[in-house]
Amino acid sequence: MSSNYDNNFSKGTDLAVIVLYMLMACIGILAIFMVEYNPNTDWATSFISGKTSNSKQFFFLIFCSFVAIFILLVDSKVFTALANILFASGLLLMLATFVIGKEINGSKSWIPIAGGFNLQPAELCKIFTALALAKFISRPETDFTKIQSHLIAGAMIAMPAILSIGQHELGLALVYSAFIFAMYREGLPPFILIILLSFAILVIATLLVEPTLLAIILSVIAGLILLYLGKRLKRNKQLIIIIIGIWMVCVGTVRFAVPYIFNNVLECYQTTRIYSMVGKEYDCGLNQKAAASFVESGKKSRKPDDYNVKQSKIAIGSGGFWGRGFLKGTQTRGKYVPEQNTDFIFTSIGEAFGFVGTFTFLGLYLFFLFRLIRIAERQRSTFSRVYAYSVVGIFFFHIAVNISMTIGLFPVVGIPLPLISYGGSSLLTFTALVFILLRLDADRQMVLR
Amino acid sequence: MSVYNQNRGGIIQIIIGTIFFLIVAQLVSLQVVSNKYKLAADNNAIFRKIIYPDRGIIYDRKKRALLENTISYDLVVIPNEAKGVDTAALCNILHIDKAEYSKRIVEAIIKNTRVKAGVFEPFLMPEIYAQLNENLYRFPGFSLSERSIRSYPYNTAALVLGYVAEVDVKFLKEHESEGYEMGDYAGMIGLEKNYETVLMGQRGVKRFLRDNKGKIQGPYEKGEFDTVAVAGKNLYTSIDVQVQQLAEKLLQNKIGSAVAINPKTGGVIAMASSPSYNPNLLTGSQRRKTIGRLLLDTARPIYNRAIKGQYPPGSTFKPLGALIALDEGLITPNYGYNCFGSYGACGDPRKCEHHNAGHAANLQLALAYSCNSYFLQVFRMAIDNPKYKSAKEGYLKWKEYMNAFGFGRKLGIDLPSENKANIPDTARYNKDFGNPKYWNSCYMLTLGIGQDRMTATPLQLANSMAFIANGGYYYTPHFVDSIESETEDEAAQLAQFRKKQKITKIPKEYFDVIKEGMHDVTVYGTAAFIKVPGHEYCAKTGTAQNPHGKNHSLFVCFAPKDNPKIAVAVIVENAGYGSTWAGPIGGLLMEQYLNDTLTKESQLKADNLAQVDLMPQAIKNWYVQNNKSAYLTPIEYNNDELSDVWDMEMLAEGVVKTKTKDTAPPAPLPNTDKTNKDSLLPITDKKKKLNP
Repeated sequence: MSSNYDNNFSKGTDLAVIVLYMLMACIGILAIFMVEYNPNTDWATSFISGKTSNSKQFFFLIFCSFVAIFILLVDSKVFTALANILFASGLLLMLATFVIGKEINGSKSWIPIAGGFNLQPAELCKIFTALALAKFISRPETDFTKIQSHLIAGAMIAMPAILSIGQHELGLALVYSAFIFAMYREGLPPFILIILLSFAILVIATLLVEPTLLAIILSVIAGLILLYLGKRLKRNKQLIIIIIGIWMVCVGTVRFAVPYIFNNVLECYQTTRIYSMVGKEYDCGLNQKAAASFVESGKKSRKPDDYNVKQSKIAIGSGGFWGRGFLKGTQTRGKYVPEQNTDFIFTSIGEAFGFVGTFTFLGLYLFFLFRLIRIAERQRSTFSRVYAYSVVGIFFFHIAVNISMTIGLFPVVGIPLPLISYGGSSLLTFTALVFILLRLDADRQMVLR
Repeated sequence: MSVYNQNRGGIIQIIIGTIFFLIVAQLVSLQVVSNKYKLAADNNAIFRKIIYPDRGIIYDRKKRALLENTISYDLVVIPNEAKGVDTAALCNILHIDKAEYSKRIVEAIIKNTRVKAGVFEPFLMPEIYAQLNENLYRFPGFSLSERSIRSYPYNTAALVLGYVAEVDVKFLKEHESEGYEMGDYAGMIGLEKNYETVLMGQRGVKRFLRDNKGKIQGPYEKGEFDTVAVAGKNLYTSIDVQVQQLAEKLLQNKIGSAVAINPKTGGVIAMASSPSYNPNLLTGSQRRKTIGRLLLDTARPIYNRAIKGQYPPGSTFKPLGALIALDEGLITPNYGYNCFGSYGACGDPRKCEHHNAGHAANLQLALAYSCNSYFLQVFRMAIDNPKYKSAKEGYLKWKEYMNAFGFGRKLGIDLPSENKANIPDTARYNKDFGNPKYWNSCYMLTLGIGQDRMTATPLQLANSMAFIANGGYYYTPHFVDSIESETEDEAAQLAQFRKKQKITKIPKEYFDVIKEGMHDVTVYGTAAFIKVPGHEYCAKTGTAQNPHGKNHSLFVCFAPKDNPKIAVAVIVENAGYGSTWAGPIGGLLMEQYLNDTLTKESQLKADNLAQVDLMPQAIKNWYVQNNKSAYLTPIEYNNDELSDVWDMEMLAEGVVKTKTKDTAPPAPLPNTDKTNKDSLLPITDKKKKLNP
């Protein structure tokens, strides 16, 4: 360990990722700076005073750099050794928030720590889950072709996800689905992906098409398949049962499961966001939770609207091809997009730099992700590879969902844009995710367990 | 290790790539394809402040300003800053109570949000302005804001000059591409409307950046896209303000109209319609109240009778009838008719005011005495002209002449909504009398003395005098002689007024005969007692039957006889003989214009005439019933046969429609068929008199 420290620190580390990381973080600070820019005040003094978000983010970045260096100095075996303990303590911390948690923006998921900073255990839990999952899959006794292993891995992921839902952090909970990449890479049968994809298509179809009509369409499709298979059915009676079973599941999903989820599981505002994504209006009178809170408080819940997405699309769309220019975004300057510092930071880039800017920006992200996949594939140890794919999954999920929601492709869920959005917790998490991977990658010739 | 799964890394890359591709596709549609987001963004963030230039000034022929601009003040408030206001003092100055104060603050917040200035009280009276100005320091958040309003220094020519008003939705729809916005003002009637594009100038636009709360952040792009306001251009008109004022004064307490034209240019010297209103009432704080009253007034003060009123011309038509017959070669100036006091060639005898032998021994005499029989005979000759195969063709020829004289069609004056009045079409008579084979000149006999279905506007009558005065041509009547620093487009707009309209080929000697006859009218004829000091003039009186009561009093004239400088038409509704009321008014107008002053005697006469009250009893009764002070208010009284759906016309001109419970809208258009047949009735009906 200490014997090969000298040559290990700089030698094995992937410089491209570090450069990309710094580049993204700086873009983030500039984007936040654009949001806060006010021509009437001197930006330099307010930057030094440390009161503005962009200067805070800058200090976060410096702090994170120290953390990154620290991680790179740590022995990579530490991660395998501590994976399970960290995971367990992460879960405990999340449980603790239910007791000592502080409520910020309607979700009781923060633990106050010294200096007025707050820690969100759910964020850290992403790292710990990634490590723990890697640890589990890389165990010699784990055979990841077996369904049993799939279920255990699924449970490991589900635990923090469920806790997050309990904290009203739906966005964070959804992030845990990102581990499916790692599991798929390690042998999760592809039909699970196909089933999930079909389910997603069904849900979207339910939104777009009248449920009764959709049921009829599905029945017709089933009928046509039965007709087409004709003779083969006589030979293989099982096929009939399978097809009818699938048909029943589909119709059940469309007619009962999806409406049930929309009306009874999700909050009124969440369903509204989903509906607004396809340009439809949702009647909150159908929502049981809204009705319950109506009975409880006697107040009719305010009709939620898609103001955020509208303003966000306007801001991005108004950038046009070349953009309005650095600090010239009228929507950004006028503070028309809510939460523009954090979840909607992409709008300030979209408005200022236009399509050229967003395209380049996405290119950087894509390059970053592909680089991480390349790193993942060159690992000798399963642990490192699983962890690497987990990082890829988490990054990709954040990027895709965040950007999609700002451009109206996905319902609004509050998850930050990695390395760009304002926020210490999120920057720290992504820093740790990346640099632990770099540390493991530096030791890629070793087999870690 | 599990190398056999290596291809799955590629699949993951493909999935990631696909999602990124979808995102890029959506970005293309948002940022590259669609430009609606850019517009929405500008709507969000760019506040366009319109800088209104001063409107152009309208001058009379001696460069006296008839319509100019003046400053008025509004009291405005920024609700957020209105803290610690001495409300008691403010309410005291404005004569409102505290409840009203809070109400107005709330209104200001609703209209303009808390952070922007909203109007608290518009159009401050000068004394209130002075008081507020002194005490403004006690009312934080309040300020006085200037605005330019129109003012009419001579209080005259309300209907000619017109007014500006806030544009409504309908106006915006009709002028979509002209850059008007809600809250803009535009000319609604009169010259203000007709020359809107010239008078309004070019508005400037300043762009500001505002935030999500509507607060101004500063100029947008340092004012790079701002445009400067260009003041409207001034109009120089042919109006003589003294003649105009005199005409309005003489028509006081009467219903009627007077039009004076300079035959040499077609420039309108005066155009009065009575009753009228004080145009200054429509500029400031009185506007809303006044416009409501004006709209509902039964005497219709915003109805410009000079270009819209349709009156049977009566005997004032006779010179034209004679011209037609002369030109067609049907009569010579020496033609005489033996009239003994009535015309019986068509069955029921038509009465003539004169029965002494030889009063119609030739054209000149017949004109001077205004012999009905003579002109009925002449009319019949024109219709039954042997040159043409049928009465129908004869009639069509006659109508052609009338149109050439400017009747039955719009003259094209530079005022909106001119009426073409009526020279009936043959289709009309076919409908009344059946197949044209069966009708002849007797059927529409009284057209020959300016009755039957024939109607004309005072403007058309004045123009016909200009036509005769000039000996066969006229210039399209107009107000605007020139526009300040005229552009080519504007010159083109005015070109029609600078072109001689010579439609007929009637030889000059015929006009001379007519002029002599009309001169005789003023020497020994029906207008003998009306004199214009220092000038010989020509005239024709008219007393027109109408279905609304007493005869209309008409007078047309031009002067001086040999070098005509002014042509006038006057009509006083339901007043009686033309020579009694309209005549003296016409005489005084000519005197004022030609001499630029009135003699002492004339001045006395004018004052007396102004005092005479000839308002029809029905209107007076209405005022009494409605307990309103004279000249402003409503009922269902229909003044002349085309007192058509006048409120609809008003609406068409963009005037606000005001409804009150106790006033029904004017009765629908009376049946013109019925009313016009009245004049065909034989004179056995004792109430009806024929023209003198």
